[in-house]
Amino acid sequence: MRRLAILAAAAAGALAFALALGWWQVDGPGAGTAGDPRPIAVSEMDFALTDHEGNDVGPESLLGQPSLVFFGFTYCPDVCPTTLADISGWLDAMGADAERLNTIFISVDPERDTVAAMAEYVGYFHEAIRGWTGPLPETEKAVAGFRATFEKIPTEDGYTMNHTASVFLFDAEGRFVTTIDYHERREFAVPKIRRAMGAGSDGVT
Amino acid sequence: MKSKYLTIAAAILTAMPGFVFAGAEDIVVGDPWSRASIGTSRPGVAYMTIRNTGDTEMTLTGLRTEVAAMPQVHRTATNGSGVSSMSPAGDIEIAPAGTVSLEPGGLHAMLMKLSRPLIEGESYSLILIFGDGSEVAVTVPVLGMGARGPEG
Repeated sequence: MRRLAILAAAAAGALAFALALGWWQVDGPGAGTAGDPRPIAVSEMDFALTDHEGNDVGPESLLGQPSLVFFGFTYCPDVCPTTLADISGWLDAMGADAERLNTIFISVDPERDTVAAMAEYVGYFHEAIRGWTGPLPETEKAVAGFRATFEKIPTEDGYTMNHTASVFLFDAEGRFVTTIDYHERREFAVPKIRRAMGAGSDGVT
Repeated sequence: MKSKYLTIAAAILTAMPGFVFAGAEDIVVGDPWSRASIGTSRPGVAYMTIRNTGDTEMTLTGLRTEVAAMPQVHRTATNGSGVSSMSPAGDIEIAPAGTVSLEPGGLHAMLMKLSRPLIEGESYSLILIFGDGSEVAVTVPVLGMGARGPEG
């Protein structure tokens, strides 16, 4: 009997632990960053940056036509050029429709990514891609609006930036539609972009 | 006279691209490619597949190249929240009959402190250094900045 009681107590304890763990992970302080909150609507964002041609840009620049936005930095040798090359390929596949999409690369490394550096860098990729940069506090405000993250990491060679590598898609009214994640199969990207472009004023997402 | 022979011997050795020691003869490198760089201030990158056709494990411990003072194998990882990070990969073990791929978004040869720009259409030599002291020289063609794979 005593053994049974111990077993029952252990089972109850395990159940309680599992429930507590579940709460902690889902609703509690341990709520994972996976399944992050979606980016806020562009109309509620607040930041002021400069594009690679020296124009003032901000959230309002993303309204009026659908937008594809991603973060990176020009000193990134692997993920960023790959993402830019992928996006260039998608824009090529979309032909003239690429002109109806704001395609924006926002630097998370304003210290090194000056307007001139951005201009030179985006010049190697599809002509529709715009490069935005600006003071660090404005970069932080932009990143926060997209619920993205970035972090400066020292290296033997200086520093690198950890950053959200997902591509964000918004409809013409600035409502978040979906993301294209870095490890997603690339052939799904163009249909997703077209879906964002087709998401109209009826709120279809 | 002795130094002359040494010089000749050294000249012959350096003139043999892909000169290999011991275990390195079992290493077969495929599809090497590199992206053009903008100047020398940003790190360059090289990709390839490294196949071990032998029956002993090989460990890639380092890299050497004339085009960069600090070449190192790095690994890009993207976590569940979509955040990408990059860090030195350390030693890379290649099992017998195994293949390790250096490809976009994963392992890559990161060429830090470039000594000259990587110009599209050119190529350079990258030496793979293995744990047994053997080396393999790889000729890496430089593709465009927007290249997505060995085909461009």
